[in-house]
Amino acid sequence: MLSRSRLSLALLLAPALLWLGALIVLPHVELAILSLRKMVGPRDYAFSLTQYATFFTEPLYWHVFVRTALMSLGATLLTLLLAFPIAWCIAKIARGRASSALFTLCLIPFWVSETVRTLGWMILLRQSGVLPALLVRLGVTTVPVEMLYHDATILVGLVYGSLLFMLIPLVSSLESLDNALIEAAYDLGAGGFATLRTIVIPHAAPGITAGCIVVFMLTIGNYLTPTLLGGKNSEWFTEQIYTQFITRFNWEQGAAFGFLLLGLSTTIVVVGLRVTGQRFGDVMRRT
Amino acid sequence: MIPSLPRSGWMRVATAAYVVLFVAFLFLPLIVVSVFAFNDAPYPAPPWRGFTLDWFLGNVARGRTGLFADSDLMTSIGTSCIVATSVTLTSVGLGTVNAFLLERGDFRGKQTLSVLMLAPLVIPGVILGISILAFASRVAQFADDRFGWDWDFLRPGLPLVVLGQLSFIATVVTLTISARLRRFDTTLEEAALNLGASRAAVLRTILLPYLRPALLGSAAIAFLMSFEDFNTTLMLVGSDPPLTVMMYGRMREGATPVLNAVSLFLMLASAALALGVLRRRRA
Repeated sequence: MLSRSRLSLALLLAPALLWLGALIVLPHVELAILSLRKMVGPRDYAFSLTQYATFFTEPLYWHVFVRTALMSLGATLLTLLLAFPIAWCIAKIARGRASSALFTLCLIPFWVSETVRTLGWMILLRQSGVLPALLVRLGVTTVPVEMLYHDATILVGLVYGSLLFMLIPLVSSLESLDNALIEAAYDLGAGGFATLRTIVIPHAAPGITAGCIVVFMLTIGNYLTPTLLGGKNSEWFTEQIYTQFITRFNWEQGAAFGFLLLGLSTTIVVVGLRVTGQRFGDVMRRT
Repeated sequence: MIPSLPRSGWMRVATAAYVVLFVAFLFLPLIVVSVFAFNDAPYPAPPWRGFTLDWFLGNVARGRTGLFADSDLMTSIGTSCIVATSVTLTSVGLGTVNAFLLERGDFRGKQTLSVLMLAPLVIPGVILGISILAFASRVAQFADDRFGWDWDFLRPGLPLVVLGQLSFIATVVTLTISARLRRFDTTLEEAALNLGASRAAVLRTILLPYLRPALLGSAAIAFLMSFEDFNTTLMLVGSDPPLTVMMYGRMREGATPVLNAVSLFLMLASAALALGVLRRRRA
């Protein structure tokens, strides 16, 4: 009987181990090996930190890296600011049908592929597009201005694509906040801002952290939105990885860049969790 | 702040205005894409030149290649469907086994394994793509050097795209099915076993029907995630691009409204899928 249950456990375990081993763990080991070697002859490699040294000595690379991190941070904060009032409406102001209707309305655009949504922004913002034409019509500008290929355009695209991932954890954390606490704060004379700071934000902190972590990760790893909306000016780090790996076929350098990006993304996740004292599993399950 | 407390008039107006603006912001790109699918102009840009179905039905004879005559686009839709179907079937199978492993299994290292299963969600898609590309190339090289086998499926192409997408979609499917299995009332299973049902019969008549909503829901999510994936796919794609990669290429060049037509088609398809899922959930 024991051997039978062991056999069934082994059978259940095998697919998971195959998946995690062959598609996650071993590929990352391979990537680590690639990033830590250099070619010393035809098909002959030696251990080296050259790839990482190149990253730090070549200003272009770390400039793009820092820029990607800062813009992702900005996009995350903007997403939080934009999504919070809507999450509040869904969780606290609208009731019953209106609340679920509003939530569903906010979910719908995210069923549509990112490619399609980006196409929409390109049609809206490019020089021959809808918004520049509208600005001319309204007399704001005399000629159509190019609204694509700016940093602000990239931010708009990134924030737009991230809203859902912020909304879901925010709504669920705000829904669990007891209205009686807000009423009590009001009765005791707290203003709107004081209530927000002392009652709402502490309660919603897990949701806020979860949303920010997910949005930051998705933004920093995004490729489509920055390259299409930013064009040649996008200077996004995933683009550097693509260039090294696919265009230049310099896998060693690309692997090192990959690890740097992974390191940054993981650091943010770990720090975010540490600061708010949460467990990784709980956060992921919430989103 | 909340309805039970007094709110000033302008606060109500401001809230309503914000909600309206927010929803408009969400839908603006989608509306623009849909509208310009019907504009009678060679580029998806204003002004409005009248209604046409050319970007769906047009063919060479009419001087405009519509969606249904654009063989590249149609092929890439087919490619995406093949990839998405493969990913859906494998990930739902894998996810179901994983759910039983996590909810029923009892072994050392289970905690570690369940955390490791979440890892694909925090690894950027681009990195999943390049790491699988590099590892597959190493394995293919090894098979060739050692045994002289030519494992072509490990070169960039559709099999690798399927594996790459599976690597993270499996996590989502596992989470969905596990959540449902966790809420299962095990007394039902015990009752069936007491009444003499075999393990296989319990699985077929009790557990699988119970899991059905989660299986169908996660299948729909897996299909959609696969169909819409770009980051991982881009790194692993060979000479036969799925739709997202094909559209990306054309968007960089500045394409005709045929892209709007295919986008509208995508929106309708995912809306149908979403409605199907919501309906089932309610039923």
